[in-house]
Amino acid sequence: MTVNGRRHCERVEARLLLSDFLRHHLGLTGTHVGCEHGVCGSCTVLLNGTAARSCLLLAVQVDGSEVRTVEGLADAEHLDPLQEAFRRHHALQCGFCTPGILMATIDFLDRTPDPTRHAVEDMLSGQLCRCTGYAPIVDAILDAAGA
Amino acid sequence: MKPPPFTYVRAGSIDEALDALGEHGDEARVLAGGQSLMPMMNMRLSRPAALVDANGVAELGRVERVNGTVRVGAMVRQSALTESIDIARGIPMLRDCAPWIGHWVTRNRGTVGGSIAHADARAELPLALVALGGSVIAASRRGRREIGASELFAGHFTTSLEPDELLVETRWPAASPGWGYAFEELALRHGDFALAMVACALGVEHDIVVRARIAVGALGDRPRLLEGLADMLVGQRLDEAMIHQAGSDAAAGVVTHDELHASAAYQRHVVPVLVRRALRRALGGASA
Repeated sequence: MTVNGRRHCERVEARLLLSDFLRHHLGLTGTHVGCEHGVCGSCTVLLNGTAARSCLLLAVQVDGSEVRTVEGLADAEHLDPLQEAFRRHHALQCGFCTPGILMATIDFLDRTPDPTRHAVEDMLSGQLCRCTGYAPIVDAILDAAGA
Repeated sequence: MKPPPFTYVRAGSIDEALDALGEHGDEARVLAGGQSLMPMMNMRLSRPAALVDANGVAELGRVERVNGTVRVGAMVRQSALTESIDIARGIPMLRDCAPWIGHWVTRNRGTVGGSIAHADARAELPLALVALGGSVIAASRRGRREIGASELFAGHFTTSLEPDELLVETRWPAASPGWGYAFEELALRHGDFALAMVACALGVEHDIVVRARIAVGALGDRPRLLEGLADMLVGQRLDEAMIHQAGSDAAAGVVTHDELHASAAYQRHVVPVLVRRALRRALGGASA
């Protein structure tokens, strides 16, 4: 599979989850693992451009696919505009949920370029954040969408 | 959390999937979107010896309209319910119920056929299939058969599919002029499983109901069509008094039990409210 533009070729056990492959085999620990049953959304990555829970995918399933994780957003110098918006709006506190929310939002804004506040809130219902109360996250996403 | 070990088969075609199911029998599970099966495997509530991955079977991803029916391939993602024009126009009830199915990200992976084959009594798509009177096509190495929605659901997490059968297609009566559709749900948190839900299709001519289908879900072990209520509505002009009465009658027609998050009394309060909302919106859609 290709992860953030780099090709990786490994033989793995069929039961290895994509989330564990990214973290333990590739050392990409930006993808966070919260509930491991698809509820919290922390492990969300892009699979061929579409947001998906990496804890509900087997690594062998994405053989030949393209995966993008939070490590693929910023380059050495600059944050992604969405990350910049999160910083401006203080849209994270502990930051545990942030990688998943960023990756879900990248796909969401791709397919919903001019979302309503309600649509953003609806999308975020699948991403648990226990610190912020969501308001600054919604503000940051709307700001990034308008940019 | 890790799933227990299993044999993984990546099917490239329906035939390959059927061969694998034929070989592994009831030890095998089909992996569709994985939004229900994978959590159950991660928590080891489900321990299939073999997993037949249908994600590589392109022929299961088609949507086509044949005469008055919309055929939705089993692996069509739930996100297509709002994003595919063919589905949104052909089966407006699905567009209405889609936002209630899990969350935006889980709908990217979750499939129409997977949810229906999983047959969770609290899931939305089985209720919609029963309400519209749709069917599924089951394939095995022995051949294909069509199973009507009312014969498919046999209980919570239970269908009449045989272990070697693959659900390949779902079939939905296409929307017609003069019909209105509505899906209503109450859940503790948006995206959670429903406490109660109602799906309704109404055919209206000159303000008179000519056909009605109303089904209730999340109460009991499978979606339930309220045929007596539908019969009562046919021939009637649906004014507010009739809608109110229909809600009360619906509550009398469902069996409720006290549950962790909703007492039986609360469920009997919620069902009429949802039935009335669904009737009003379906009536509005039929008259539009």
